[in-house]
Amino acid sequence: MLTTAPPGPAATRPTKPAVRSDSTLGLLAKIVLLGLVDAFAVYVLITLFLQEKWVILLVGAAVTVLINWIYLRRGGLPAKYLAPGIFFLVVFQVFVMIYSGYVAFTNYGDGHNSTKADAVNAIQLSAQQRVPDSPAYRVSVLEADGVFHLLATDPDGGVSVGTTGVPLEEADDAVTDGTGKGMELEGYRTLQFGEVLANQADILAITVPFSDDPEDGSLKTSDGSNAYVYRPALSYDETTSTFTDLETGTTYSDTGEGSFRSADGEQLSTGWKINVGFDNFVKAFTDPNIRGPLLQVVLWTFTFAIVSVLSTFALGLFLANAFNLPDLRGKRIYRILMILPYAFPAFLAGLVWSGLLNPEFGFVNNTFFGGADIPWLTDPLLAKISVLVVNLWLGFPYMFLVCTGALQSLPEEVTEAARMDGATAWRTFTAIKLPLLLVSVAPLLIASFAFNFNNFNVIYMLTDGGPRFSGTTANIGHTDILITMVYEIAFGTGVGRDYGLASALSIIIFLIVAVISALSFRQTKALEDIN
Amino acid sequence: MTTFTDPQAAAPAETRAGGSGRVPEQRRRTFGQWFRHKGWRHVVGVVTTLFAVFPLLYVLSAALNSNGTMAGSNVLFSRFDTGNFEALFSNPSRPFGRWFMNTMIIGVVTSAATVFLGALAAYAFSRMRFKGRRVSLLSLLILQMFPQLLAVVAIFLLLNAITDVVPWLGLGSQLGLIMVYLGGALGVNTYLMYGFFNTVPKSLDEAARIDGASHVQVFFTIILPLVTPILAVVGLLAFIGLSSEFVIASVVLTDPESQTLAVGLYSYVAQQRSENWGVFAAGAVLAAVPVMALFLFLQKYITTGLVSGSVKG
Repeated sequence: MLTTAPPGPAATRPTKPAVRSDSTLGLLAKIVLLGLVDAFAVYVLITLFLQEKWVILLVGAAVTVLINWIYLRRGGLPAKYLAPGIFFLVVFQVFVMIYSGYVAFTNYGDGHNSTKADAVNAIQLSAQQRVPDSPAYRVSVLEADGVFHLLATDPDGGVSVGTTGVPLEEADDAVTDGTGKGMELEGYRTLQFGEVLANQADILAITVPFSDDPEDGSLKTSDGSNAYVYRPALSYDETTSTFTDLETGTTYSDTGEGSFRSADGEQLSTGWKINVGFDNFVKAFTDPNIRGPLLQVVLWTFTFAIVSVLSTFALGLFLANAFNLPDLRGKRIYRILMILPYAFPAFLAGLVWSGLLNPEFGFVNNTFFGGADIPWLTDPLLAKISVLVVNLWLGFPYMFLVCTGALQSLPEEVTEAARMDGATAWRTFTAIKLPLLLVSVAPLLIASFAFNFNNFNVIYMLTDGGPRFSGTTANIGHTDILITMVYEIAFGTGVGRDYGLASALSIIIFLIVAVISALSFRQTKALEDIN
Repeated sequence: MTTFTDPQAAAPAETRAGGSGRVPEQRRRTFGQWFRHKGWRHVVGVVTTLFAVFPLLYVLSAALNSNGTMAGSNVLFSRFDTGNFEALFSNPSRPFGRWFMNTMIIGVVTSAATVFLGALAAYAFSRMRFKGRRVSLLSLLILQMFPQLLAVVAIFLLLNAITDVVPWLGLGSQLGLIMVYLGGALGVNTYLMYGFFNTVPKSLDEAARIDGASHVQVFFTIILPLVTPILAVVGLLAFIGLSSEFVIASVVLTDPESQTLAVGLYSYVAQQRSENWGVFAAGAVLAAVPVMALFLFLQKYITTGLVSGSVKG
């Protein structure tokens, strides 16, 4: 948007002398920097070409051309200054949000990571079964560039080599021992028995396919000296897009939901990514496993954010008033000590307070409550109160600083006039100072609300969302706010990762924040009109 | 008055305090009058200070007490020794020294780049008039309402895809993490800087232009030296914010050697909070000290920055 804007008259006029006076140093710096960027771009583009990622390749090429155009043409000065910041902004803030929107409409997550072709391949490879009564292949384990290979001698005496992902290839020039078993091969190093033992896990994992078609089966060894033929237990039929279990005859067909399922509902664990429309949103509001917790979490997110803003602002304002006295002794000391919590890293604060509030060994229970066993972080209500108190501890110094600044910038005539009119201190405060103060602090209160709405650190470090809700398998609890719930669903250890559902919840947060900021910025304008 | 040196502030403060009990002669005040005027403020000050400081004293005391467990740390300053600090640096599976360096490097590089990118943008917005200027400023204001951590899932998937193309910029890479952080370099920073850049009179750069300085020279030699306070504020706020950033760092940095303090220290107590307590406290003290020192040292800039932000933002 910016980059294509033709330069206005104001922008072009000063450019002319600038071009003339550009020092050689500046020109050199420009050439070097642009050269580095282009070198990197070419490297990325070549990699993309080799990986045949055409869409990204096109976009990348377009961006590279655009960057060069911005910096090599004469006009368009603003774009030259804005481009670096905007590049990162577009990729890592705007694009990722749009991408969240896309992921929210897919079933992306554990078991649905990739394309259908990948899923078919993975199923064939994972469901391998030894072919009954198949002859043994005698093998030696070779190593080349840190990768283990199998040198297999088939029952007829032919020797071939291969490894996982690299089909067997004839190796006629292999050195064989007296019995005809292949032992060594040029370019490879044969592992000694001790080494085979030491790398047992890696060697057992080697699956050498006979050809590029997984249906042909593969060789696997269980001891490093004999290998057997394995075939997929499931056979894939491309025309009907179904898997058939070779033993039981069960058919698993593509249900259209990104996985293979049998008639009686049994599902193969590996699926693929498909678009699921609004399913994630529907799931969030109908799935009994999610719906109940989600509603509670939304409610608590609002409560947490609103109470946090109000409590920190109230305490900060009160303190600002109390210390807004020029000749108060020790004010400096109070001020420095009181803003310490704000300087203390927030994630550490959560962790430290979780120790302070530990019911068994914590300082609060043992020192302030004489060894009582108060479940500060494990009782649903107390946990919420604890979270709010800790957030008050973290947040009041900021409000104290802001309110002090705002109070001191109020014009003195106004309060003077109020006093002349006989207003009490309290009345001067509520009727004059507070409304004036709100005009300048309101945007900060909104920002504080938006911040607390997504205040991940305090919640995650202090309670980790706990205590857990009963009646749900997900690891979500009474103090979880939306953003910690998203994190839990996407990266948590409780149930499988579900990027689609997590993104859908992110989109919901996104919408809530958008609506609230829109509404409150209007409100702020109204406040400004008072002034 | 540590942070605000406005002498006029004294007057409204006086009116607030003296509203009800104005005392003409200070010497003849009784205790009751003193208390109503000033004493209660000291009570408030002491109580609040205790509330603010006791968790910090607690963690300092636990760090210096090599007894180690949480239960053993409840009597403040009952022991002084450095056992916890020694244990902290001698655990190869939890390389605290590396975490510390990682946090410093990521924090310094990112905040320096943030300041630079923000200043470039602020210069353009403040000194140039171009089509789409207002819209861009407004878009920045709107975009900064949506923190990056909302899109953490997409960031993870994007870096996962980058790993296939440029492995040293993908998952597990600190450079990749820095790049992600730079996505938030504009936004609120540009806004803060834009307001400050506007306070530098335009006649200064016009004079320099007439003398033959290029726009680049004006930017580096005229503007930047005059806006150093806001650069310090933005850089410092960015550094403080980054040193606490957990969500994205925890998703991107998987290898303990490359992790930051936030991710590493969390893992220290995630499983067994009470056993490792002393060592964790030692780590917390070391992690907090540089940030707090910076903060207090540049407190004046920060507070003025906050306030000017509040007035202009």
